[in-house]
Amino acid sequence: MSAALLSSTLGADVNVAQNVAFYIIAAVMVWGAIRVVTTNNVVHGALWLVVVLGGIAAQYILAAAEFVAVSQVLVYIGAVMVLFLFGIMLTRATIGSDTDLNNKGWGIGIPVAAAMLGVLGYVVLDYVGDDVLVDQDEARIAITTQSISDGYLGDYLVPFIALSFVLLAAAIGAIVLARKD
Amino acid sequence: MSTLAFEIPYWGQSLLRVLGGIVAVLLPAGTIVYVFLFKMMSFMQSRLGPMEAGPYGSMQLLAEVGKWMQKEDLIPENADAKIYKIAPVIVLLSTFLLVVVVPFGPDAWFTNFQAGVFYALAIGSVSVIGILVAGWSSANKYSLLGGLRAAGQLIAYELPMVLAVVGVVIQAGSMNLQQIVVAQNTFEIFGWNGLGMPFVVTQFVGFLIFMIAVQAELTQAPFDMPIAESELVSGYMTEYSGFRFLIFFIGEFATAGVFAFIASVLFLGGWGIPFSWFGWETVDDVDDWMNIAGPGIMFAKMMLLVGIIMWVRFSYPRFREDQLQRFAWKVLIPISLLNIAVTAILKVAF
Repeated sequence: MSAALLSSTLGADVNVAQNVAFYIIAAVMVWGAIRVVTTNNVVHGALWLVVVLGGIAAQYILAAAEFVAVSQVLVYIGAVMVLFLFGIMLTRATIGSDTDLNNKGWGIGIPVAAAMLGVLGYVVLDYVGDDVLVDQDEARIAITTQSISDGYLGDYLVPFIALSFVLLAAAIGAIVLARKD
Repeated sequence: MSTLAFEIPYWGQSLLRVLGGIVAVLLPAGTIVYVFLFKMMSFMQSRLGPMEAGPYGSMQLLAEVGKWMQKEDLIPENADAKIYKIAPVIVLLSTFLLVVVVPFGPDAWFTNFQAGVFYALAIGSVSVIGILVAGWSSANKYSLLGGLRAAGQLIAYELPMVLAVVGVVIQAGSMNLQQIVVAQNTFEIFGWNGLGMPFVVTQFVGFLIFMIAVQAELTQAPFDMPIAESELVSGYMTEYSGFRFLIFFIGEFATAGVFAFIASVLFLGGWGIPFSWFGWETVDDVDDWMNIAGPGIMFAKMMLLVGIIMWVRFSYPRFREDQLQRFAWKVLIPISLLNIAVTAILKVAF
């Protein structure tokens, strides 16, 4: 009842539950992102990054983009982060805090980060404007898994194949570098 | 839910789904441990197994759980305590997330995810993180080696598993698990629809690869290098005791049950019976009693598949680490790629 009341005061098109969940997940993600760079342990940093990437997947689900959310989990959490952790643990993964983790030139990062925030913020605001999140049932009809596959095997076939050549080149390069004998 | 005489409110549906999920994870896990780990293994080794607690030892499981709950929750002095505590929970959580997409009847599903197969395969890879950090945070060389072995093995066998499923997806024309079930029960074999078309018939190679990959993902013998007791004490679980060990233990067998559920949906026709038997055309025609019978059918198929997994586990000795990697990359992946190509060609041809 209170949700309906709230949505009528905010405007009929706003989905309240979705917005509340968005801000909760966003807060967790921001906190996770801060911890990634401030923590004194490499493995902890990697695990906070998992939290951030999982949050992105949750946001995609809120926006009714199931396929993208699952891709996010499979690629970033299932593959990239496992590889990260695997690499860290094979080389240096001390338990407890490392003192020399901070890069000396971290001050330079601040203006770069601010500039990125400005650009991304401008792009998002410019693209979205006054639109609100579409109703979930409506979105499910609009974007199906089938339409995604139709897209990249139809209109976007050439960029798709070009991308797979980049990946193939990377794979061959990795094998050449790894086989020194 | 709309077919019911009364409407269940949203919170009621959510509560029912959570309870259903807990039952769908824990009931198979308990049954698997009692029937296969206690009784079948004992039978294969010419002994009786637990007989004291309850008739034929059927209460042994409760006794074991009580025992583990009482034990002290030890944390090594040098361990990273926070992560050490979280790690088993990540593993069990991935199992609960996995069961969410499995359909148990025409209306008896938790969520009708569009890209259900894709979701199942993606969530299946999350448990690797739990196992890796469990090994690392224990501050024990055996644990770390076990965790690294587990990660290497799970990454290697994730690929053939995904590729084996692609054949099924091509044939069914959908990634939705519910539609894969419907496809298997409505397709015809050369015009004869007496049995539907369970994909184990047409995708037998894919089924074999999938079951081998499941065996490796569950780290059951002959793929149990991550917890090889003669080399690594018990791998990433070495330092765990008390209820945290119990969580790993439940997670292992619950995941076996859930993967068997997914395999029976993909290859054995899932909850369905051939629709032509009762004159149903689509999933909307299916009678309501299938919502009761469906979970039973799924449970029977799950027990059959886990029985095969456990049979192999108790019968074969352990691979060597390099043999395991070679088997995945040089045998399973090429065969599954070939399987996809052949399936695609036949799909276009027919």
